[in-house]
Amino acid sequence: MAARVSIQTGDFNVADEIAALRAGDKGVGAVCTFIGTVRDRNDGDAVSAMELEHYPGMTEKAIEGMIDEAFSRFKINAARVIHRVGPLEPLDQIVLVAVTSAHRGESFQACEFLMDYLKTQAPFWKKEKTPAGERWVDARVADDKALERWGIASRNG
Amino acid sequence: MKVQLKYFASIREAVGQGSESVETSAATLGALRDELVARGGAYATALARGKSVRLALDQVMADESAPLREGAEVAFFPPVTGG
Repeated sequence: MAARVSIQTGDFNVADEIAALRAGDKGVGAVCTFIGTVRDRNDGDAVSAMELEHYPGMTEKAIEGMIDEAFSRFKINAARVIHRVGPLEPLDQIVLVAVTSAHRGESFQACEFLMDYLKTQAPFWKKEKTPAGERWVDARVADDKALERWGIASRNG
Repeated sequence: MKVQLKYFASIREAVGQGSESVETSAATLGALRDELVARGGAYATALARGKSVRLALDQVMADESAPLREGAEVAFFPPVTGG
């Protein structure tokens, strides 16, 4: 079975990932993807670069668990998560969540569920470079609220 | 008992190291956090009560009430900000 989770410094090609996820599965009628990218502004300040740190081992396990949970909640055929770490710049892709299913509703939901889960439960940390210096990004309470919609309590932010 | 500690992001920077091995008699993760705070200095500041610190036990998110065991890997880190 192809890898479901990749943590990598390099970029990813969305078209290739979708092709691999759909390959040979004639039952797929819907593909939903989310791509997170680096913005040049955050909390009102210009961001010229960022560095992403993670917890090797735990990160992969946590996301695998999230994908298992997505499979138990939604009728989906396949799911793929790629998250980059290391130095990144505005315009760069950070994260890909891709899901396939027979009908669109399940992929849309599973994709959003995986992102909401990842935002508050996967051990990644962003440090951004602004004109005032480097700073660690603060967690957002809004991300906890997003996960609560799925019936999962979170106190990350 | 001996446990392995890991620190990430702002906490790693504050305490000046990413991991260490410690001898402890703490029964829970919370008690272990208290022991580290009692060291004073950067540990007291970074892990102070009232600070938002998240914990993982053997690479799974955990509460402070989680029991500590010999050989455990305990991680301390700030709220996560991936995605």
